[in-house]
Formats: sequence, structure tokens, C-alpha cells
Amino acid sequence: MSFKLFSLLVQASVWTIGISAISIALGFLIAIGLSAALLSRKPLYRKPAEFFISFFRGVPLLVQLLLIYNLLPFIGLNVPSIVAAIVGMSLCTAAYQAENLRGGFESVPKGLTEAADMVGFSPRQVFLRIKVPIALRLTFPALVNEAIMILKSSSLVSVVGIVEITRMAQDLASSTYMPIEIFSSAALIYLVICWAVALAGRYGERSLPGVAK
Amino acid sequence: MIFDPNVILKHLPEIISGTGVTLALWLAGMALGILIGFLVATLRRYGGRLIDLPLGLAVEVLRGTPFLIQIFLVYYGGPFIGISLDPIPCGLLGLSIYAAAYYSEIFRAGYASVPHGHVEAGECLGLTQFQIIRRILLPEMALIVLPPSVNLAVILLKESAVLSIITVPELTTTVSAIGSQEYAFLEAIFLLAIIYWVIVECAARLGRLAETRLSTFRFAAS
Repeated sequence: MSFKLFSLLVQASVWTIGISAISIALGFLIAIGLSAALLSRKPLYRKPAEFFISFFRGVPLLVQLLLIYNLLPFIGLNVPSIVAAIVGMSLCTAAYQAENLRGGFESVPKGLTEAADMVGFSPRQVFLRIKVPIALRLTFPALVNEAIMILKSSSLVSVVGIVEITRMAQDLASSTYMPIEIFSSAALIYLVICWAVALAGRYGERSLPGVAK
Repeated sequence: MIFDPNVILKHLPEIISGTGVTLALWLAGMALGILIGFLVATLRRYGGRLIDLPLGLAVEVLRGTPFLIQIFLVYYGGPFIGISLDPIPCGLLGLSIYAAAYYSEIFRAGYASVPHGHVEAGECLGLTQFQIIRRILLPEMALIVLPPSVNLAVILLKESAVLSIITVPELTTTVSAIGSQEYAFLEAIFLLAIIYWVIVECAARLGRLAETRLSTFRFAAS
């Protein structure tokens, strides 16, 4: 396999990384709202969030992507397929990230919030200064895992016609008749990206402060 | 969007057969995955470094690459090295190998969770290595291994939708084909989502039931 083919795959990885990064970030923002609704005592907020999460965790991402890709034009939004892909991936990862965040908030040690209460923090301060930083710290490893999952799942956006690594590999494989070399190279590129994210995650975790049990 | 229920009734046999293929591939892939995964975890534990390293690398590669790429490699790359498979066996092979990589990690964690003292106690009593696995390690890790296994089972069911890309006649393939035939693609995809959702919810509930049942045997915990 020539260097030129390999460099085409590497160039396509910009799309894989870009779509994944945007989806993770957007998904995180949506997940904040969702997890707040999940932790709410009011069923009016909690039930729809639970429904949303159950749906997006219970349906294959491929089906979600097809659904959104066809639904957006139907409701009158003629957007490029890249938008459909990002919307689909963001909603899916939001469901998973919301569960992680909820877990994080629920496992903030009670003693810490009580201590802050005793020193005279207002409920708002307890939330912003104690709960949020600790919950974020606790969910950091799960966030790294989710980022890796999304990087791999992003191969599915090839079905809505976005030329990221997988689609590029498919196109190259059918035009060069070298599927083994090309798909192996694509796999290698995914592997390197995933390892880089895992490594960065481990480094990040070590440099973040620890949390008392 | 007005969905004519008669369309579903008309295509019911196809939908049922597609669901059947999905369920069969899922269950068979899971069974093979558990079998191979357990074998891999056991070999890695007892086989020494020479076996542990290559198997560990293979597991890492399978877990670090998208399922779709693995499937493409087997389906399009296979014929070049003399393995021409039809979509269904190819899908089953891909799903089993993918599942095995993840199950092997679950079993590895399971092995690690059993206190070393229990194994030593078994050795002192003169149990063979096989008896220790069968009588001590397996029963003790069962409870630890179950929740992640159920989780993985759900993930595998959802991954099986990817097999539609290599034209395996499973649920996604069948229902989206009906959608194109009837000019009702969006409705068909909605139906598809609901069917998957129902199966996933059932599987998750079954898993929770099994967990509560099994937790009565928590005698050996800690």
C-alpha cells in the first residue's frame, strides 16, 4: 500500500476526530441539563429525562442516525448530513454522559457537603464549590471512556455519507482492490487515536487532585 | 406522517423473520463470545507470558477499533486470503470475535476478584487446577461477572444492527427495505427503533432479575 493511500486515511481522520470532539462537547452540555432533571425530585422533570435516556441507550446508534437523518428534512430542516450526524451522536452520548454525571453527583461524599453546610456555605455555594467540582472529578474516567466509545462509534456516520476514516477506507478499498491493507490501516489509525485519548486520560487523571473516600 | 398499520400487517412475516435473524445472531454471537472469552481469560491467567502477551494485544486491538471496520476486514478482506463467507456466517464470526474480546476482559476481572486465599485453600486441600476453576473460581466470580455481562449483552444487540451494512438479512436491513418499498422510510425507522428498544428493555429486566436471584448465593463474597 502506497504512502499516498495511507495519507488519505490520515487526512480523513480529521473528520473522525472533529465529529467526535464536537459530539462529546455538545453531549456534555446536554448531559448537564439531563442529569439535573434526573436528580430532580419533581417527576415532571425526571420522567422525560428518564424516557430520553432509556430511548437513546436502548436503540442502536445506527438506527438513531438513520432516524435523525430522515427526520430533520421531514420536519422542514434541510441541513447537511454532517449536522444530522453530529446531532445524532451528541444526543446518544448525552444519554450516556447524563447517567455518568448522575452517578458522580450521587457519590459526592455526604460528609463534605455537611461540612460545607456547617461552615456556613449557602446551598448555592455548596452546589457550585463542593458538589460540582467533586462530581466532575469523579466522572472524569467515565468521560474518557465515553470519548473512546464515541470515537469508535463515529465510524457509523459513514452511512450518512460523511467521508471520515471508515468511508474513506471503503471508497479506497473498492477502487484499489486492497481491502486487507486499507481496512487494517484504518484500524491502526483508530487504534492510535484511541490509545492517545486513553493515555491523555490517564495523564489527566494523575494530574487532577484526588478525592477523599 | 400517517402510518398505515396495514403496511406492518402486510410485512409482518418479514419483520418477524428479521427479528428472528437478529435474535439468533445475537444469542449465538453472545454464546460463542462467552465461550471464547472465557477460554482467552483462562489461557491468559495460566498460560504464562508467551500466551498472555499476544492474546492481550489481540484483545486491545479488538477493543480499540470500531466493529464496522472489523466486519469490513472479514467480509471484504476475507476472500483475498481464501475465506469467502456469506453475510450471515461472516456476521456471526465478527460478532463472536468482538464479543469474545470484551467478555475475556470481564472474566479477567472476575478471576482477579476472587480472593487469593480461597484458591490457596483449594490447593491445600489437594484440588486439581481444573477443580479449583470449576468449584471455587467460577462460582465465586459469577456474581461479579453478571452485571457487566448483561451490559455487554445489550451493547452486542445494538452492535448487531451494524451487520445490516454488509447486507445480513436482520432486523435493520429488513425493516429499512420495507420502508423504501412502501415509501415510508421514516415510519419504518421509527418502528425499527421501537422494536430494538423493547428487546433491550426486556434483556435489561431479565438481567436484573437474574442478579436478584443470584444474589441469594452471596455466601462467598469478600
